[in-house]
Amino acid sequence: MEKKISILIVDDEESVRDSLKNWFAEDGFRVAIAENARVALSILESQGFDIILTDLKMPGMDGLELLKRIKTLNKDSIIIVMTAFATVDTAVKALKEGAFDYVTKPFDPDDLSHLIRNASKQIALSHENESLRQKVDAMDNVENLIGKSEALKKVLREVESVAPTNSSVIITGESGTGKELIARAIHANSSRKFYPMVSVHCGALTESLLESELFGHEKGAFTGALFNRKGRFEMADSGTIFLDEIATISTKMQIELLRVLETKSFMRVGGNKEIRSDFRVICATNRDLKNMVENGTFREDLFYRLNVMNIHIPPLRDRVADIPLLIDFFIQKYCSLMNKPLVSMDSAALERILEYSFPGNIRELENMIERAIVVGNGKKILLKDLPFGKDVMDSSVESLDDFEKAFIQQILNKYSWNISRTAQALKVDRVTLYNKIKKYGLKTTK
Amino acid sequence: MNSKKITLVSFRNFEKTFLKEISKTVQQEFGGDVFIKESYIDLSECYDAGRRQYNGNKILKEINSMIIPGHKSIGLFNVDLFIPILTFIFGQAQLGGLTAIASIYRLKNECYGMAKDEELQMNRFKKVIIHELGHTYGLTHCHLPSCVMRSGTYVEDLDQKKQHFCILCLQKLKDG
Ligand SMILES: [Zn+2]
Ligand SMILES: [Zn+2]
Repeated sequence: MEKKISILIVDDEESVRDSLKNWFAEDGFRVAIAENARVALSILESQGFDIILTDLKMPGMDGLELLKRIKTLNKDSIIIVMTAFATVDTAVKALKEGAFDYVTKPFDPDDLSHLIRNASKQIALSHENESLRQKVDAMDNVENLIGKSEALKKVLREVESVAPTNSSVIITGESGTGKELIARAIHANSSRKFYPMVSVHCGALTESLLESELFGHEKGAFTGALFNRKGRFEMADSGTIFLDEIATISTKMQIELLRVLETKSFMRVGGNKEIRSDFRVICATNRDLKNMVENGTFREDLFYRLNVMNIHIPPLRDRVADIPLLIDFFIQKYCSLMNKPLVSMDSAALERILEYSFPGNIRELENMIERAIVVGNGKKILLKDLPFGKDVMDSSVESLDDFEKAFIQQILNKYSWNISRTAQALKVDRVTLYNKIKKYGLKTTK
Repeated sequence: MNSKKITLVSFRNFEKTFLKEISKTVQQEFGGDVFIKESYIDLSECYDAGRRQYNGNKILKEINSMIIPGHKSIGLFNVDLFIPILTFIFGQAQLGGLTAIASIYRLKNECYGMAKDEELQMNRFKKVIIHELGHTYGLTHCHLPSCVMRSGTYVEDLDQKKQHFCILCLQKLKDG
């Protein structure tokens, strides 16, 4: 039922043929090999191939001649030529003769994948996995977006309408409202869902780190860069890039970002090769970008490029109707994670929660429930299990920063300063956590 | 009935606890029995002085001569691997065969100018191992972004996917 793309590999070196054969077989292609041009031509007389990958320099008939012959047999053949670095001129000649593209040996694994993907698109074999994709459709879904409030329904309607478009989206809302979840929902409901959504937490990175994170780097770009690194824009090819805390990026990065959005191409740090990537961009911020544009701290041209669509997520205190549902969800989640029987919610505790303003929004509620299950009696979550009036909600805690500091300290202690686990619990990446630790000067209490 | 037998063959003095943790994860993903074996081979024949890397195809052939009948064996290394056409690989397998190899060499964060992170390195290694073993059970690359059988050529790609098979790959694995 599934039609495999077929590929013929022509190379006089056995190790190259075998390596390529294995590589393409793992990728699900139907592969045949030929050790020289004559063998290739005789194979081609009896059967067709979607793609022909041939070496240029071979004893006897060379790749260029083979290319011409194949083209006379079938002018629509997709032929990719392989060449050693020194003979790129010949490769260029091959392009003129109608080769689809060329690669220089040895290839970066990614170059090969890209090339083949482009070729496959050309053959319009994208229907190949259609049936598989449909089956998967309902399955690899986003995490539940929980709630029944009008406010949430409005957000979901907006998600539904922007998802199938290719437009840039800015998601606004206070921290902890679940902006990344909404971004995932957009991605998962778009035609790009079979490619990754790649997230970048811009606020957590210094300018130079962000640059390497977004664009990647070539080995030797700086001390310690022993190997090439793939940037987020590259990884998001055919998918979505999610730029969180977009308001925090420097003026220089704003300019670079604008250029990438306009050209969809860039270079790795320390590199000189133009890299193209087809991505959709979704940004998030808890700041008023429009205001920043007026102040001159955020570029107007970039703002308009990003803000084709805007989705605003209301704070939790404006969607109180969702709180009980969220509580149920988190109780189920954490009780099953901790292998505990489901607990219920005491009415006084619930009442107190419903009155609370949740500056940390859903994330704060989630942490609150998780903690309550840990410290509670295993049957009911009581008011005393909630951090009101003590702990992080101490009266000395007045600003969101104080709250965050106390909270991070608490979670760090809980996980014995295991950075990865703490970051996971806080739903931030490790770099963000490190920066917060530095910012607040947190130390282990032991 | 599940009769999968997998042997992790350590060729580079990996710590016992390290190997234990990997075998536990592999067991979770594949079911069946997972064994750990420590072994040694002389890699000098597989070393390419010009590239200062080790030829994955040759290593795979070496290991092929020491297979345990009925077992899938994956050799674990800490060397920079390549195959003649590619600048580097993290691992390599015989599709539907009995052997695979995986190396932790390029999975270290410090090689990319970033802070050391042993947990991340371990997770990457597990993904490579499960992926390559998946190939030995005949699985080809998967299109789902989070599936361990998605092809990933850079560590950043590894970080994007999970260490698990998607439902479809799991089904194929079951059906053999
Ligand atoms: Zn693979
Ligand atoms: Zn899969």
